[in-house]
Amino acid sequence: MNADNRRLDWILGGAIAALLILPWYKIRGGFFSFGWIGDLFTKSDLWPATVQVAIGRWQLWPVLALILGALWLRHARPSGADRGRWLVWLGAAGLVWLIAEGLAIGTRGWNWGLLESMFGEVAGQPAFGAGAVILAVAFTCLISFGAAERGALKGDAFILTSISMLILLVATFVFYPILSIFTGAFQDIDGAFTTEGVARNIVDPKIWSLSCLIGGPSCGVAWRTLFLALCTATATTGLGLAFALVATRTAFPFKKSLRLLTILPIITPPFVVGLSLIMLLGRTGTLTQVIEGATGLEFGRWIYGLPGIWLAQVLSFTPISFLVLIGVVEGISPSMEEASQTLRAGRWRTFRMVSLPLMAPGLANAFLIGFIESMADFGNPLVLGGSGGVLSTEIFFSVVGAQNDPSRAAVLAAILLCFTLSAFLAQRMWLSGKNFATVGGKGDGGMHAGLPRRLAWPVITIVTVWSIFTLVVYTMILFGGFVKLWGLDNSLTLEHYAHAFGITWGEDGLRWTGVAWNSFWTTMLIALIAAPLTAAVGLLTGWLIARQKFPGKAVFEFVLMMSFAIPGTVIGISYIMAFNLPPIQMTGTALILIMCFVFRNMPVGVRGSIAAMAQLDGSLDEASLTLGANSGRTLRRVILPLLRPAITAALVYSFVRAITSISAVIFLVSAKYNMATAYIVGLVENGQYGVAIAYSSVLIVVMIIVIGGFQMLVGERRLRRRSNPPAAKEATA
Amino acid sequence: MSNPQRGAVEFRAVRKDYGGFTAVPNLNLKIEPGQLVTLLGPSGCGKTTTLRMLAGLETPTEGAILIGGQDVTRLPANRRDVTMVFQSYALFPHMSVLDNIAYGLESGGMKAAEARDHAARGLDLVGLAGRGDRLPSELSGGQQQRVAVARALVLEPQVLLLDEPLSNLDARLRRRVRTEIRELQQRLGFTAVYVTHDQDEALAVSDRIVVMKDGHIAQDGAPRELYEAPASEFIADFIGEANVIDCQILSVAEGQARIGVGGAELTLPARKGRPGAARLAVRPNAFHVRTDGPGLEGRVTSAAYLGDHIEYEIDTAAGSLFVVDAASSTARAPGSSVRLQFSGTGVALIA
Repeated sequence: MNADNRRLDWILGGAIAALLILPWYKIRGGFFSFGWIGDLFTKSDLWPATVQVAIGRWQLWPVLALILGALWLRHARPSGADRGRWLVWLGAAGLVWLIAEGLAIGTRGWNWGLLESMFGEVAGQPAFGAGAVILAVAFTCLISFGAAERGALKGDAFILTSISMLILLVATFVFYPILSIFTGAFQDIDGAFTTEGVARNIVDPKIWSLSCLIGGPSCGVAWRTLFLALCTATATTGLGLAFALVATRTAFPFKKSLRLLTILPIITPPFVVGLSLIMLLGRTGTLTQVIEGATGLEFGRWIYGLPGIWLAQVLSFTPISFLVLIGVVEGISPSMEEASQTLRAGRWRTFRMVSLPLMAPGLANAFLIGFIESMADFGNPLVLGGSGGVLSTEIFFSVVGAQNDPSRAAVLAAILLCFTLSAFLAQRMWLSGKNFATVGGKGDGGMHAGLPRRLAWPVITIVTVWSIFTLVVYTMILFGGFVKLWGLDNSLTLEHYAHAFGITWGEDGLRWTGVAWNSFWTTMLIALIAAPLTAAVGLLTGWLIARQKFPGKAVFEFVLMMSFAIPGTVIGISYIMAFNLPPIQMTGTALILIMCFVFRNMPVGVRGSIAAMAQLDGSLDEASLTLGANSGRTLRRVILPLLRPAITAALVYSFVRAITSISAVIFLVSAKYNMATAYIVGLVENGQYGVAIAYSSVLIVVMIIVIGGFQMLVGERRLRRRSNPPAAKEATA
Repeated sequence: MSNPQRGAVEFRAVRKDYGGFTAVPNLNLKIEPGQLVTLLGPSGCGKTTTLRMLAGLETPTEGAILIGGQDVTRLPANRRDVTMVFQSYALFPHMSVLDNIAYGLESGGMKAAEARDHAARGLDLVGLAGRGDRLPSELSGGQQQRVAVARALVLEPQVLLLDEPLSNLDARLRRRVRTEIRELQQRLGFTAVYVTHDQDEALAVSDRIVVMKDGHIAQDGAPRELYEAPASEFIADFIGEANVIDCQILSVAEGQARIGVGGAELTLPARKGRPGAARLAVRPNAFHVRTDGPGLEGRVTSAAYLGDHIEYEIDTAAGSLFVVDAASSTARAPGSSVRLQFSGTGVALIA
């Protein structure tokens, strides 16, 4: 029996078992609770597909027929190009049918009135369950196995299956939700088509007004967000460049510690900086009181609004810009600057005429990253927004609370998406191929020219001041948790920590009495599940993009990277719109949180693994293939062990992001699965700043521990036993 | 071993396109079992593409590839009975030397213990017994190269492919290792296809050399044949250095041609030559440099002393010639006039 038939047997066996045994529809209490098994004989929704067909759900007939067709092909035809073609058709037909019937028939029958008038009434159906999911996977496998038998991609079934599975997943968890936003915009409460909501919102002066230019009170939220993003991007790029220059081209004594700054935004929940700013510069803030006491001026509530948000964002995102620009500044070949100097150019002329132009594409890149980050930021505007919010918070407030206007949320989300995607497209189209920075490491000896003196002093001053400011802000966070009522009652206390993380010994043993424990453990659990999944999907995708040639690869890569530019708020709202009703119903479960994290954080894993793969000689893969290993074995035995650093990075990043992110999460949490960040935001809204700060600092500390732990667990690549290899050229002697 | 065709390779009308670019337009090539055949040519000539198609790392756009009489055109690399030694060696840096060698055996389903036994014997074969537990980075370049050969050979492939296997070694080591590879191939009798751009290497190791240019086979034959009877100027210049000069075939009789070059005369195998204008390939060392007497008249334009020989640029009626004189130890001054006599070897008509 050859490999073609063996894998076909596996997947057909699985599909038939799913059709006969597994419940086709979603189980309310969750499949893995297994509580449903008791009700098996009384509730028809729990029955498998074959029984559903028998009780009149005719829409499942084609699924059965297609699987039987595949079974017949398996036994009647030999493996080969001919059978392959039929398998591809069967699989594609199956997937299309699943999608069509799932979307067409909802809980209360036909989803669209047109179909009802054509085909008459139909019984409603719940969302897809275990059986349906397995069948979708089986159909996808049929397509890729068929393609393999036809000889596509040198007949490599492993690669084909990986690619088609990824496409299925990305389509379900990125495309479908985004599409749902746009359809959601055109639906009223009952799901009927209407343009009323869009028409009303698209011209809303609250969004588009430019009145502030002519002296009006405030501009529309779209312009405000754009303005904020431009300001933030400018400031973070400038500061990031200053930091990068100081770290690489001056004799500044604390260069090592500067680099530590770059970790801060990764481990800080996004609204924490905003909170700390309130404690520092708010009405009763420490700094405010000092200055007001000294000068007698009244500062008022300026921190609540665009200036405050801007300050918080610049604090939060400067380290990211620093991280990007340090690579750019270091990447410029020193020999260019040395050449300039030997051509009689002084340091200033060298910097202005050679170094700066070479950095220009990198600066533009940092600017766009700052722009997208600012647009997508949700935590800081939520805390500091006051009356004048930005798009991301407006989206949130238009679905939660009194307003509840999904079509307004959809319109706002679409506007926000347009802004970030344009920035992303600009970055890809305009900057690609314009990178002058050489990837470091090889050959190029020489020293970077020092900064010209007239630049060095201002730059060092700015960096020092900003570093101190950042330090103060973070000290406030750690300190704030121990103060009773900031600004009003500055006595020290452990009350907040006890309230959040209290543990008592009761009669029935240990009891987690603190209010934070519930969300804390949920967060840890979900982050721990999501991290390895994210890393796996990201690395697999990176490997496919870096090492395999397949048609449509450029599009595939582009779409994946694009999902990086979708703001979390948009993802959150889109998940709610997509996964609240059949065919896929996941709201309120832990699964929706996990999926959200996996597909939101995956692009970083992809980038990491592409970068790491670029350092691995492609002949290693080829050597493994010519030695008789298939691509699965090659990936497992050769690539993965060599990618350990990239795996660590992907694991840590996805774990930490799962803990710190708020924008998407706040839409998706439920009473049962509440996440730490969402809980903290709740505390802030109730004015419990002390507890919120205490909880935040615990999170930061936990993440530092986790990052260290991951590092030790995955370990280093062992490529050299000793640092000095033994006498290298044995035969030359 | 029962298959009489085992180790035979055939390319039938193979074409390979990359997008709009054709790397190999139409390749027909047969390789006899047990031979070491070199694909030689400048970079971009299609030799590596040819090798990679044989390995299964590239799929031909058209045509068929046969190994051991079996069509393998659509067979992926891991199911072909060939192995390859890579230019970079491609040793897995995270596995010990023994694990590297056992890797292919285990991929083929062999039990780990047995595979390690085999691998140890393979290591023995290349003279590295006892170094199995080292990491590749702990070996010298030459040793790494031998591990790469052992890793490919333990699978007892029908054909061993070598992609510029010596290019990462220094000049002296290169000479020794190429002798080792040739000895191993002769002793074990496997078919080998060897890609290089270094003509010395090709001349030293091959049973047969296939010279490629722009995806075509420019000439195909035994090393001696290529050197002594180049089919084109390209071959004459690529295999060893040569002065290509115009000449006149005065007469042809009994396979010998009488040839006039700038006033001098000589007799050579006629090959396909007919009386009339022709081209002559003259090796730099095919001359005796004399002060007077018969021969080609010339004037030294530059001279370089290189220890065991002297290199001249000499202007003659047949054009500027590059001449190597190993007989005398003092260089003639530029401007002095000389007579060049043909020494009898190293001259051939270009067919």
